[in-house]
Amino acid sequence: MNAVVHAKAESRHLLSGNEAVARAAWEAGVRVAAAYPGTPATEILENIALYPDIYSEWSVNEKVAVEVAIGAALAGSRALAAMKHVGMNVASDAFMTQSLAGVVGGLVIVVADDVGLSSSQNEQDSRYWGRFGHMPVLEPADSQEAYEMVKQAFALSEQYEVPVIVRMTTRVCHVKAMVTVAGQRTEHAAAGFQKNPQRWVMTPANAKPRLPVMHQRERQLQAMSEASDLNFSVTSSDRRIGFVTAGPAFMHVRETFPNAPVLKLGFSCPPPLEKIRAFAGQVDTLVVVEETEPLLETEIRAAGLEVRGKDILPRWGELAPSVLRPAIKPLLGEPYQVPTRPQSTVFPRPPTMCASCPHLGPYFALSHIRNLNIVGDIGCYTLGAGHPWNALDTCTCMGASLSMAHGMDKGRGASDEKKSIVAVIGDSTFLHMGMQGLLNMIYNRGNVTVLLLDNRSVGMTGGQENPGTGQNLHGLPTPRVDFAKLAEALGVRPERIRMVDPYELPTMVKLVREETKMNEPSIIITNRPCSLTDRFERFRPYEVIDDQCTGCGNCIDLGCPAISVSRRETVTAKSGKSKELVFARIDANTCTGCHMCVETCAPEAIVQQPQANTIRIHPHA
Amino acid sequence: MLDGITNILVVGIGGQGVMTAAEMLARTALNQGYDVKKTEVAGMAQRGGVVSSHVRFGPRIYSPQIDPGEADLLIGFEAAEALRWLPYLRPTGVAMVNTLRLAPPVVSVGLYDYPADPIGELAQAGIEVHAFDAGAIATELGNAKLVNTIMLGAISDYLPFSAAVLRDCIIEGFRAYKPKLAEINAQAFDTGREAGHVQTSS
Ligand SMILES: Cc1ncc(C[n+]2csc(CCOP(=O)(O)OP(=O)(O)O)c2C)c(N)n1
Repeated sequence: MNAVVHAKAESRHLLSGNEAVARAAWEAGVRVAAAYPGTPATEILENIALYPDIYSEWSVNEKVAVEVAIGAALAGSRALAAMKHVGMNVASDAFMTQSLAGVVGGLVIVVADDVGLSSSQNEQDSRYWGRFGHMPVLEPADSQEAYEMVKQAFALSEQYEVPVIVRMTTRVCHVKAMVTVAGQRTEHAAAGFQKNPQRWVMTPANAKPRLPVMHQRERQLQAMSEASDLNFSVTSSDRRIGFVTAGPAFMHVRETFPNAPVLKLGFSCPPPLEKIRAFAGQVDTLVVVEETEPLLETEIRAAGLEVRGKDILPRWGELAPSVLRPAIKPLLGEPYQVPTRPQSTVFPRPPTMCASCPHLGPYFALSHIRNLNIVGDIGCYTLGAGHPWNALDTCTCMGASLSMAHGMDKGRGASDEKKSIVAVIGDSTFLHMGMQGLLNMIYNRGNVTVLLLDNRSVGMTGGQENPGTGQNLHGLPTPRVDFAKLAEALGVRPERIRMVDPYELPTMVKLVREETKMNEPSIIITNRPCSLTDRFERFRPYEVIDDQCTGCGNCIDLGCPAISVSRRETVTAKSGKSKELVFARIDANTCTGCHMCVETCAPEAIVQQPQANTIRIHPHA
Repeated sequence: MLDGITNILVVGIGGQGVMTAAEMLARTALNQGYDVKKTEVAGMAQRGGVVSSHVRFGPRIYSPQIDPGEADLLIGFEAAEALRWLPYLRPTGVAMVNTLRLAPPVVSVGLYDYPADPIGELAQAGIEVHAFDAGAIATELGNAKLVNTIMLGAISDYLPFSAAVLRDCIIEGFRAYKPKLAEINAQAFDTGREAGHVQTSS
């Protein structure tokens, strides 16, 4: 039982920003919620799924999620879509036009920007979309505000018939803070879809008259923003610097300069320029502290005000107190020396693949075959770019591997002539946006070898379900996509569709060798589940018989974290050359008994532990 | 603990229970009437990467992050990780460290060295260090998963509230959700509490 789901009104809870959004959505009477997983937004929908009053789903990608929410809003339901920042790029085609048409039931898009890039491929400021799509943007600074603003966003959305963006960042989504849960659910019955082609069929003739309506709406929103108590100031007698700030940067400003006046913008787009002007009149220097792009700063400057901002503050990353202090103190006439601390010299500990991860086999193969350009995608398999495989050459955005590989094939340079092009992609990413790349490659007579690593899971974001797993968000059975049939339907010749057990290393290597030599598209599909999910079966661990280990180091090349080096020895071969031997050891607590490493061991030094010695470990305890 | 604010940094490796331990500290502080914030960066934590969780509580907390040099307490679930985060500890701070050594693949293949004596290095830095083998205690009690509760027990006498309130908060949780584990965790807490008293001299 989840404490928050059953929380009484007026009770205090320690909630993450994501949990707070979910609770607010439920109280606001949301009837439909859709999302595609992505850090740091994933838990929004996972928490919404705990409320049975809300229909919720994992959609196959963010564009689909937003379209599902739009459909529900047109039927008069309150609807929510959630995603990480890059999801907005995928979804933008849908909301850029729906903003013009408007909505009936409240539509809120919650987007989480990964400020500081803890687990993303880029850093983006999603507040741009509000400006671009003429939609209001609310910016919570912590869990309590996230909770309140989601509720206000629905009211705003219905009042102005406009999709509303709630912009979170990692430091709101994943920070747990106190939230006073105020109310219970207020139902908002759906009025039902009212046919109105002029309004909902966005042909040029129907869209054109919506343009002035949209701009009129924006002027009204501007007035709302001026009056909104989400834009409030903290006054002070110290008028040397006045801060204009939004989102979690507000907390950092208050922490660092507790006596400075602050204008905090919760309703930050359209910005309340008159309020800002009045505030500016009360302080000597106006400084904008915003993550990450100088959006408010530029707008304030365009309004004719003098303002400091990104001339002294970084344009990327979090504006934590340790960043603010050295930048702002000199402005206050307080010289500041960054304290010198001894830097830690401890080795790096990059994330790596798990013990018995089914991606280990394919990467063992890829790292042992020469003359490949390996075009990658986003998922746990992106870790294949790292040690010890070094077998992934690109990673751009979800689904890009197949299409980029096709382009790399067509655009070959002289040095690529003898190379084969491989695309590596996971099941969820293939279904998200990857299969169009395969379709395109077939249609355009391309020649790429696709490695579809089907681990029946959205591994990277914590093992969510997708249409390839046979289960939906609520654990209910659904038809499972047959990847082989799908590939065939898209036009891959049946002979070139190869199913493989990724634990069978010799077969794995042989198949990749064979298929990369073909002069036509081919696809190799793996079939072992992610070892962090319930689908994975654990067996008795293996061990290395030390006397039998010859120190060849082959098993180390697998990159399994259960295998480590026990000792090294330098020996001199008959030829006089010296050679380093690397002896291996297997950690019984980490090993799951997948047997992959056995196949790398010629002297048969790796054996399964006898039954009696087995330490019983529950995989998911 | 300046301005009545306590800053605790809990560090370790994905899968060790760092976030759960931090959550227990945050919940107990909340129950004691403090304003609380807890944050971590653990995007790919399950993949064997570094996990650090910041817990701050006091009359009013703004920023959730602990600045370098501002942590009052450092709880290290692994020896080298404790050393990695040492710059976050105040000179007057206390480090409670599990002596476990976990070498990642980059060390195992010889690209980097594991520090020879991380506990010694911590002690030499002039801070108060308490180090012990939490894994050995857990094994003795019969369940490797107890390390988390043992570490919480170890730190419990260095908090601005009594060890009993932290103990109650943890054991209540087990009573409610996993009653079978309540007794053994109470034992783990108490054993950890004893172990945490021993200071490592430099
Ligand atoms: C547009 C977009 N949405 C979401 C994400 C977050 N994300 C990163 S990888 C991934 C999916 C990984 O699943 P899969 O392809 O099955 O590979 P696995 O991690 O299981 O190996 C997701 C959802 C993203 N990077 N970009």
